[in-house]
Amino acid sequence: MDELLKILKKNALETPENLAAMLNMSVEEVRSKIAAYEKEGIIRGYQAIVNEDRLDVRSVTAVIEVKITPEREGGFDRLARRICRFQEVRSAYLMSGAYDLLLFVDGRDLQEVAGFVSEKLAPMEGVTSTATHFMLKTYKHHGLLMESEDEYERLKVTP
Amino acid sequence: MNTKDSKSLHERVAAHVRDIPRSGIRDFFDIVSSRKDIISLGIGEPDFVTPWHVREAAVFALERGATSYTSNLGLPRLRQAIAEYVQRTFGMVYDPDTEIIITVGVSEGLDLAVRALLNPGEEVIYHEPSYVSYAPVITFAHGIPVPVITTPADAFRITRTALEEKITPRTRLILLNYPNNPTGATLPRGHLEEIAAFVRERDLLVVSDEIYAELSYDEKHTSIAALPGMRERTIFLHGFSKAWAMTGFRLGYACGPRQLIEAMMKIHQYTMLCAPTLSQEAAIEALREADRDISEMRAEYLRRRNFIVKTFRELQLPCVTPTGAFYAFPDISSTGMTSRDFALRLLNEENVAAVPGTAFGSCGEGFLRCSYATAMDDLQEAAGRLRRFLERVRS
Ligand SMILES: Cc1ncc(COP(=O)(O)O)c(C=O)c1O
Repeated sequence: MDELLKILKKNALETPENLAAMLNMSVEEVRSKIAAYEKEGIIRGYQAIVNEDRLDVRSVTAVIEVKITPEREGGFDRLARRICRFQEVRSAYLMSGAYDLLLFVDGRDLQEVAGFVSEKLAPMEGVTSTATHFMLKTYKHHGLLMESEDEYERLKVTP
Repeated sequence: MNTKDSKSLHERVAAHVRDIPRSGIRDFFDIVSSRKDIISLGIGEPDFVTPWHVREAAVFALERGATSYTSNLGLPRLRQAIAEYVQRTFGMVYDPDTEIIITVGVSEGLDLAVRALLNPGEEVIYHEPSYVSYAPVITFAHGIPVPVITTPADAFRITRTALEEKITPRTRLILLNYPNNPTGATLPRGHLEEIAAFVRERDLLVVSDEIYAELSYDEKHTSIAALPGMRERTIFLHGFSKAWAMTGFRLGYACGPRQLIEAMMKIHQYTMLCAPTLSQEAAIEALREADRDISEMRAEYLRRRNFIVKTFRELQLPCVTPTGAFYAFPDISSTGMTSRDFALRLLNEENVAAVPGTAFGSCGEGFLRCSYATAMDDLQEAAGRLRRFLERVRS
């Protein structure tokens, strides 16, 4: 992967000036490269990673395994795209193994997610079964630990 | 105890130990460690934690009860893993049964090599600025340290001409350290061949501290032991502290011809017995499974190197681009300050710690060692403070 993307994947807030210094490029080059990635749709967006367990808002996330029937033309894609359009669906993946789609679905509470599954997802033509699991606690998200441990400090000066 | 007694005790310390000056690093450490909220560019070890799978291997070994001694040379499985690693990485072939010894860091490997090879009064040529241990370790072995000065004009590379000036009939060893602490210099293959030819012509031995080998940014590291005719006259020192971020594990190794390793083993078995067993277990995992971790850390160091070098350029502090390790060694003499004054003022006025070049030999006067084993955020903040400091100093 391009070095620029690697750095941005770790820290999207890195300034073009710093990126330029780290990569031995000019600031202009960095800016235009980022613009190109955005235009081509390689960079899809920038988001903060929030530890929601620490917020005083009621919300739940469910992980839903979905079995679907592939269509003669288009396989799983057409149905998967339809499912993705629901704004409750945060992430969706096509899987190998015992089921076909894995969905991450957000809701205010159990009832809301249950309602989504029973009224919107399960009745869709082509969906043959669903299994819903609720997440209880997030330890790590997008490569980041949600609770920082005390760092073991290095000496301030060493040979 | 009254002063009279303590004076007499001081005099009872062996003269060759007593006469060694306090380490410039320790001296500076005492000043820095009393301070809060400083950004330190003075740290000679990775800011990364040991990769988790390596730590996990140590935990697993502890659970299995790996709490006894190992053989003096070290765990046979680890020596096997080292033989494989050294061959695939540097191209040298060593017999794990007789030509590899596991040591307590490169620190011990260096001590063993020097003690095993030197007779009292024999000379060791090494290049300065250098790692702080070299001269003292030679002195403890009753040898004579003979520094050769390296300069920015030669990109801090040791040259054949400099060696020719310093060689005497008492010269026994040449001690090399590339990639280098504190300058970040490396020795490309062509230069290395020149030094090797000299060593062969004069029938010398080499002790080569290649602890930063994996942290080479421009070209792949070449070991002097891999050059023709050099394996039989080189002790290759390596360890896990730097590229694997395992300083606290205290583990290194030496590879060399059987007779020399055997001699080092004699000292090791009576003074150290063996290196820590848990660390040895972790090291097996490190050698076999950590290539990716190393290349990720190297990529990160390289970005920081680019950043710090650009910073020095912008601040008009001349700096040879470091091609290895994680140190930059800018020339601060244009400010008219000594290294020590510069470092102290930078610390007092801007809370940034960096080590005066003189800690690495008197030819380090006018330089500052800045470690970029420091998180990018801190480097950026340090760069801003350095800029402010220089503006004040120069106005
Ligand atoms: C050049 C050099 N050699 C040896 C060492 C010591 O390494 P170890 O932790 O393996 O004893 C260091 C550590 O800073 C070093 O920079």
